[in-house]
Amino acid sequence: MSKQYETVIGLEVHVELATKTKIFCSCSTQFGGEPNTHTCPVCTGMPGSLPVLNRQVVEYAAAVGLATNCTITRNGRFDRKNYFYPDNPQNYQISQLYFPICRDGGVEIETAAGKKTIRIHEIHMEEDAGKLIHDEWEDCTLVDFNRSGVPLIEIVSEPDMRSAEEVIAYLDKLRLIIQYLGASDCKLQEGSMRADVNLSVREVGSETFGTRTEMKNLNSFKAIARAIEGEKNRQIDILEEGGQVIQETRRWDDNKECSYAMRSKEDAQDYRYFPEPDLVPVLIDDEWLEEIRKRQPELRDEKRVRYQEEYGIPEYDIDILTSEKRLADIFEETIAAGCKPKEVSNWLMVETMRLLKDEDMDAADIRFSPAHLAALIGLVDQGKINRTVAKEVFEVMFREDMDPVPYVEEKGLVMVQDEGALRSTIEEIVKNNPQSVADYKSGKKKAMGFLVGQTMKAMKGKVDPAMVNQILLELLA
Amino acid sequence: MAKNVISDETIEYVGILAKLELSGEEREQAKEDMANMLDYIDRLNELDTTGVEPMSHVFPVHNVFREDIVGNGDDRENMLANAPEKKDGCYKVPKTVE
Repeated sequence: MSKQYETVIGLEVHVELATKTKIFCSCSTQFGGEPNTHTCPVCTGMPGSLPVLNRQVVEYAAAVGLATNCTITRNGRFDRKNYFYPDNPQNYQISQLYFPICRDGGVEIETAAGKKTIRIHEIHMEEDAGKLIHDEWEDCTLVDFNRSGVPLIEIVSEPDMRSAEEVIAYLDKLRLIIQYLGASDCKLQEGSMRADVNLSVREVGSETFGTRTEMKNLNSFKAIARAIEGEKNRQIDILEEGGQVIQETRRWDDNKECSYAMRSKEDAQDYRYFPEPDLVPVLIDDEWLEEIRKRQPELRDEKRVRYQEEYGIPEYDIDILTSEKRLADIFEETIAAGCKPKEVSNWLMVETMRLLKDEDMDAADIRFSPAHLAALIGLVDQGKINRTVAKEVFEVMFREDMDPVPYVEEKGLVMVQDEGALRSTIEEIVKNNPQSVADYKSGKKKAMGFLVGQTMKAMKGKVDPAMVNQILLELLA
Repeated sequence: MAKNVISDETIEYVGILAKLELSGEEREQAKEDMANMLDYIDRLNELDTTGVEPMSHVFPVHNVFREDIVGNGDDRENMLANAPEKKDGCYKVPKTVE
């Protein structure tokens, strides 16, 4: 390869909004229901049915727009995008083409190469399509319209990304902003966040863009990174052989690690958009916009600054604690219950992260309450249990979210505070292990560890190791 | 006689988009109808609309919303009563390849 190429990437990110009902009807958006149990004449496109816009969709979309520095369109409306496909019962999708709710925004990303702004061209509201299931037995297609009409926002970036690393940083930034706003759970694997990658290559220094392709079916950050690498190489190979890249939609197969051209939804990609006559315009006046602005929660970037100033914990801790909204919430609530920030941070960063990884869970699925974590930290502070026991209790709490205070009482895990009882146990152990005592006295310091171990075993771990050490040293002196 | 002329290719293309198969006679009629419509649009285009806000709706109404409250329950049986064919609680349609 003699020439130097540059990859140019823009993203179309679809996000399913966390509303309880669909965008144009009062059917539930709950995931996982039996096929077609969340459907009505509106979301199955029955003639004569009329859509009525869900106010919450507008509020979420505007909130995402504000958080990504967009201009909010004050006089917005919807348009029809016409196409025939069985997942689309009306034969059109209600979307926004001419007056999308947000325009001209951007977010700052940070990669190893430094900081950079990725511009957002627009964000529009639209409805999701139904789900098609291929039936192997009868070689036909089955349609489930539960997802039909679930509200989406589509966030369209400018072609500002140049590497997979930047793409992932951008997606992660969007995910965190939207999760913090509570507008979506943004799970790539479950499809509540979906990214289509528009990619072209050009010679370094070239001012014009090459022909781009659009890649779909990317449902993890790893798949996105692999697809970008694969598509970049495919396009460079074509150009190196003197060929031309064809503008088309391609589907990434992450198992085979290659993409293939998708048959287009229609012979001609001509959506014949026109203003949606069944919906009236959406006017967002100053008052409404101000209400939405006032409700904006503290976002991650603001939290990062505040944590540093208010809690004085290391930047590394802050990055992890704010990487999931749920973690940050637990962190703050546990501190509010009276615990030291660094102590709370340790429990979340070490034990919680370890268990999440072991159980293959997301932070969003954490069950234990901040009050219980605070109670556990309190037990350690008061010297009622030692750290080893606390970790064991935490594991149970992580699974069952019980109150650790009665739990340690019931299970008899509270440390023996009675020094006299401990001393007599240790005296017994010293008497019964003359060899170890002799070893210790002849300089084999390891023998001490054995005696401590014996004591902990005899006391079932319910003692402060520091106290054991102290008594042992006295007795062996 | 209409001023606009619709070619055979255009009417064929529009037919594909609309999923319509037209006979020879229907095709000629459709060409004429469409030409007349375009003539009418051309007439509208003669109007000076400088400074006029584009209108997207004929009624002076805006912000008609629903609150985000679940109202519909499971009505699958009724919904599927309209399906040409059904299977496993789904609408059954000819195989669709993506």
